[in-house]
Amino acid sequence: MHPVVKLVAQRLALGVLLLLAASVLIFIGTQILPGDVAQSILGQSATPQSLANLRAELGLDVPAPLRYLHWLWAALHGDLGVALTNGQDIAEAMGKRLGNTLFLAVTAAVIAVPLAILLGLLAVRYQGRWPDRLISTVTLATVSVPEFLLGYIAVYFLSVKFRLFPSLATVYDSMSFGEKLYAISMPVLVLVLVVLGHMMRMTRAAILNVMQSAYVETAELKGLRPFTIIARHAFPNAIAPVVNVVMINLAYLVVGVVVVEVVFVYPGMGQYLVDHVAKRDVPVVQACGLVFAAVYIGLNLIADVVSILANPRLRHPK
Amino acid sequence: MMRIPPSALIGLFFTALYFGAAIFASWIAPYGMAQIVGDSWEPWSNAHLLGTDSIGRDLLSRMIYGGQTTIFIAAASTVLSFGLGSILGFTAAVSGGWIDQVLSRIIDLMMSIPSLISALVVLSVMPVSIPVLIVVMGILDSTRVFRLSRAVAVDITVMDYVEAARLRGEKLIWIIFREILPNALSPLVAEMGLRFIFAVLFISTLSFLGLGVQPPLADWGGIVKENKEGIVYGIPAALVPAVAIATLAISVNLVADWVLNRTTSLKGGRG
Amino acid sequence: MLLEIKGLKIEATAYPPGEAPVDITIVEGVSVSVEAGKVLGLIGESGAGKSTIGLSSMAYGRGGVRITQGQVMLNGRDILKEGTGGLRKLRGREVTYVAQSAAAAFNPAKKLMEQVIETTLHHGLMSKAEAEARAVTLFRRLGLPDPETIGGRYPHQVSGGQLQRVMTVMALCPKPDLVVFDEPTTALDVTTQIEVLAAIKEAIIDTGVAALYITHDLAVVAQVADHILVLQNGARVEYGTTDQIINAPRQAYTKALVSVRSIEHEEKGAAPPVLSVKDITARYRGTDFDVLSNVTVDLPEAQTLAIVGESGSGKSTLARVITGLLPPSGGEITFAGRTLAPDFNNRKRDDLRELQMIYQMADVAMNPRQTVGTIIGRPLDFYFGLRGAEKKQRIQQLLDEIEMGKGFLDRYPAELSGGQKQRVCIARALAAKPKLIICDEVTSALDPLVADGILKLLLNLQKVEKVAYLFITHDLATVKAIADSIAVMYRGRVVRYGPKSEVLTPPFDDYTDLLLSSVPEMKIGWLEDTLAHRTMEAAGN
Repeated sequence: MHPVVKLVAQRLALGVLLLLAASVLIFIGTQILPGDVAQSILGQSATPQSLANLRAELGLDVPAPLRYLHWLWAALHGDLGVALTNGQDIAEAMGKRLGNTLFLAVTAAVIAVPLAILLGLLAVRYQGRWPDRLISTVTLATVSVPEFLLGYIAVYFLSVKFRLFPSLATVYDSMSFGEKLYAISMPVLVLVLVVLGHMMRMTRAAILNVMQSAYVETAELKGLRPFTIIARHAFPNAIAPVVNVVMINLAYLVVGVVVVEVVFVYPGMGQYLVDHVAKRDVPVVQACGLVFAAVYIGLNLIADVVSILANPRLRHPK
Repeated sequence: MMRIPPSALIGLFFTALYFGAAIFASWIAPYGMAQIVGDSWEPWSNAHLLGTDSIGRDLLSRMIYGGQTTIFIAAASTVLSFGLGSILGFTAAVSGGWIDQVLSRIIDLMMSIPSLISALVVLSVMPVSIPVLIVVMGILDSTRVFRLSRAVAVDITVMDYVEAARLRGEKLIWIIFREILPNALSPLVAEMGLRFIFAVLFISTLSFLGLGVQPPLADWGGIVKENKEGIVYGIPAALVPAVAIATLAISVNLVADWVLNRTTSLKGGRG
Repeated sequence: MLLEIKGLKIEATAYPPGEAPVDITIVEGVSVSVEAGKVLGLIGESGAGKSTIGLSSMAYGRGGVRITQGQVMLNGRDILKEGTGGLRKLRGREVTYVAQSAAAAFNPAKKLMEQVIETTLHHGLMSKAEAEARAVTLFRRLGLPDPETIGGRYPHQVSGGQLQRVMTVMALCPKPDLVVFDEPTTALDVTTQIEVLAAIKEAIIDTGVAALYITHDLAVVAQVADHILVLQNGARVEYGTTDQIINAPRQAYTKALVSVRSIEHEEKGAAPPVLSVKDITARYRGTDFDVLSNVTVDLPEAQTLAIVGESGSGKSTLARVITGLLPPSGGEITFAGRTLAPDFNNRKRDDLRELQMIYQMADVAMNPRQTVGTIIGRPLDFYFGLRGAEKKQRIQQLLDEIEMGKGFLDRYPAELSGGQKQRVCIARALAAKPKLIICDEVTSALDPLVADGILKLLLNLQKVEKVAYLFITHDLATVKAIADSIAVMYRGRVVRYGPKSEVLTPPFDDYTDLLLSSVPEMKIGWLEDTLAHRTMEAAGN
C-alpha cells in the first residue's frame, strides 16, 4: 500500500477513535459528577419520592457504563433521545437547527477564508510597512473583544444608529435565499470579524516562514520575478500550513457560532444548546455536545489529512 | 539599564490600573454594588459618570465591582491552569516514556472538544458557583498550558547541558528547577498573560450566556447581559464592558509581546 | 577583467537585547578581482565575511546586510548601480550560486529537473528540450547515477552528496560567466567530499567558467583555486597565487592557517586499560537494525583512543552506550576495574564522577542562565561537597588550568568566545577529577586555529591530570595530532584497531585506505594525485 494511503487511513481511524473517546468524556461530564442529574433538575427542595421517580424515568438506577452503551448505541442509529423539558424528540428538533447553523457558519467561512488569506498575503508583501501594521493593529483589536460584545457593538452602530441591517437574525422556511442572507448579515459579519484576526495572523506567519527558507533565496538568486517566486516556490510549500490554519480557525468558528446565535436570537444549534444548559436538560446537552465535538474533530482531521497529502516526502517516498 | 518600549509601558500602566481598581474596589466605587440610586438607564452625569443600568444602579460602581469579580475569577483560574498545566507538562517532558504518552493522550482527548462546549456540558449538571467556575475553567485551560510547557521543556531537555546534569547524577527536582525552568520562564510568563486574557473572555462569555457569575453579583459579562435590551433603544450601557475588556486584553497582550520579544532577542543575540 | 570588487564596505544592523539597534561593519576595504575562466578562493574563519563578499558579486545581501561603499564591476559595469530589474537579468544569467546546504536550497515540492533548468528557461537562453539535454550532459559529467532519469526525482529522494552535485549542475546549466561556490563540500563526509570536489573541479575546467570558491578549509581551496584571498574579521589579510599562499605565506595569520594541525604527538607505550568495551551490540528503540555490532576496544589509562568514522558509522552511539544513555543489547563495559551498569541511572556516583563528557557544541552544553562559576562549581559541590571560599579557590585553580585566568567567574556563556566556551566545558569535566573524559567531536565546530589551541590544552592536561580520553571524531588530522591508539569504525563495526603507528601504516583495508586518502592535504595537486592513484589501483585489480 502507498504510505500516504496508509497514513491517511491511520488518521481517519484515529479520528473515529477520538470521537468515541470524546463521547465517553461528554457522558462522564454529565453523569458521574457530584450530585446527580435528578437532584440538579428538581433542585434542593425535591422530595425523596419525586427524586426516586425521576431517577427511574431517566434510567439512573442502571450502572453508568451500561447507560453509556445504550446511549451510544441509540445515537449511532440516529436516536438521540427525548428532551426532559418538553418531551420532544431531540434528533428531530436538532435537524432544522443544525441546517441553520451550518448555513450561518458556511456563509461566514466563504467570506472569511479568502479574505484572511488575501490580507495575510498583503501583510507579507508589505511586511513591516503601513499596510502590514494597519492589518495587524485592526486584527489585534478584533481578537481582544469577545464575540458577544463585537455583536452588540455591530448592532448599536449598524442596526440602531445607521439602520442598515436587522438587529435580530430571524429566519423562516418561507424566506427566499436572498432574504435569508440579508437576515443573517449581522451574525455573519461578527463571525467573520471573530475568525479573521486569528486566521490572518496565522496565515501571515505561515507564509513568512516559507518566504525565509533557503529555497526562496535560491529562487531570488536565479533572478526570478517576485510573483514567480511566490507562485512557483513559496505557494506550493505554504498550502499545507495555510490549510491547517484555515481548518483550526473554522473549528474555532464552530464555537463562536454558539455565542453569536444567542446575541442575534438565531434559531440554531448554539441557541438550542445554551437554552437547555440553563434548563439542565441533560439529554439535549449531551446530544449537542456530541454534534459540536464531531464537527470540531472532523475539521481538525481534514487539516491533518491535507498536510499529509501536501507533503512531497510522503507523496513521493524514496 | 533595561529599555522598556513605549507600547509595553502603556500596557503595564493599564494592566496595573485595572488590577489596582479591582483590589481597591470597595474604596474607589462611588456607590454600592447593588445599590439602586436612580431611574433605569439614566444618561451620563456628574453624579453617575457612566450613567445608570437597567434597574437604576450606578454603572461605574457596577463596572468596578464587576472588574473585581471578573479579574479575580480569571486570575484564580489562570493560577490553577498554570500550576496544573506546567507541572504536568514538565513532568511529561522530563520523564518521557509512558508517563508522557498517557498524559499527552489525555490532553489530546480533552482538547478534541472545544472548551466552551465542555464547560457548557459540565455546567449543565454542576451548581453554578464561583469556585466551580474557577475549577472548570482552570482545568479546561490547563490543557493549553500543558502543551506549551511540554513543548518548551522538550526543546530544553534535548540540550546537552541537561544531559550533562543527568549524567552527573542530578535528581529530577534539580533538573526541572535549576536547568529547565530558568530557560523556560520567559515564554511561560508571556503565555500566562495570554491565558489570563483568555480566562477573562471565557468567564465574560459564560456570564453573558447566563451560566457564569449569577446576579446580583456584578461581572463584566453579566453587565452586558443585564443591559443588552437597551441597545435596541440606542442606549450604549451594554457596550461599556466592551471597552474595559478590550483595553485590558490589549494591554496584557502588549506586555506579553514585550516579554516574548525579549526572550527571542536573547536567543538570537550572539552577545 | 570579469569581476572587479573595489573598496567594498558591508554593514548590518544588530539588535542587542534590551538596547538600541547598532550598525556593525561586516566587511571593510576589500578589493579583489577575478579574470574570466579563473578560480578565486576566498578563505577565512567564521565571521571573516567570506560568504558576504561572495554574495556581493550578485549584489545580494542576506538577512538585512547592506553594501554601503565600493564598487562591484561585473563585465565592465557597476552592478551596485543596477535597479531590481537589471539585477534580475544578471542573477542566474551572468552569475549563479551554489549553496552550502543543497538540501535546504532545493524546493522540496518540485522535481530536480524543473529546478535545474528553471533559470535557463526564465532568461530565455535555450528551448526546454535543449536545456534538458544540457542538464543530462552535465549530470553525466558530474558523475551522477542515472543521468537520464535523476531529474525526475524529488530533492529528498537523492543523497546529500548527489544533491550538492545537482546544485552545481543547476548553477552551470545557464552557461554563466561566474559561479559562486559557498562552502559546497563542508557539510559532506570526507569520502564524499573528495568526489564532489573532483566533480566540481572538472566541471569548472570543462565549461571554462570563472568561480569564487568560498571555504574555511585551506587544503580544499588549494585544490581548485588559481588565486587565494585570505580574510580575517571582514578585512583582507593576504592575496596571492595559490602556490604563493600555500608554499610561501607572508602574513603570520596565513602561516598559522597553513601550518595548522601539525602538532607532534609521541605515541605512548602499553599500559593497563581504564576502559574495556567488550562485544558491545546496540540498537535504538523501535528500530530493527544494530547501530553497533560486536564492538570491542580497550583504552589504556592516561592515554587517548580515537574513534574515527563518518556520519552513520556509530561512533557517537558508542559514546552514548559507554555513558549509559543507551543501554546496549549485548556485551559488557569494564571501567576502572568495575563492571558498569548498562543504564546510567543504576550507576554508582563514583562511576558517574570518574567518567565525564565534553560535547561538540559548547553552546548548548552549558546552561545559558548559569555563570561560569556556577557551571564549574556544581560538580565540586555535588561530588565533593565543596562550599564557599574553598570552592571558589578550586574554581579559580581550574580556570587557571584551562588558561583563562581571572575575571570569568561571573560571566555568562553568551559572553564567551567559541574557544572559551569549550574550555569552560573542559574545566567542568576536570572538576569531577575523572579517570576518563569522552570527547565527542569537541573541535569540529571550532575554527582551525582555535581547535588547535584546544587540542594542545587537552594534551597538556593529560600529562598533568593523568586522564584518559576517548576521542570521537571524523577528522583524521585531529586523530594524528592526539591519539595513542585508533579504532576506525564503519557501519557500526570496528574495521581497524590498534596503536596509532600500526593503524596508519600500510597495508590498509579498503575502507581505511579510502578514508585516509580522502583527507585533503595542504599540497597543490593532491586531488589529482589521489584520483590518479585510485584509478591505477582500480586498474591493477
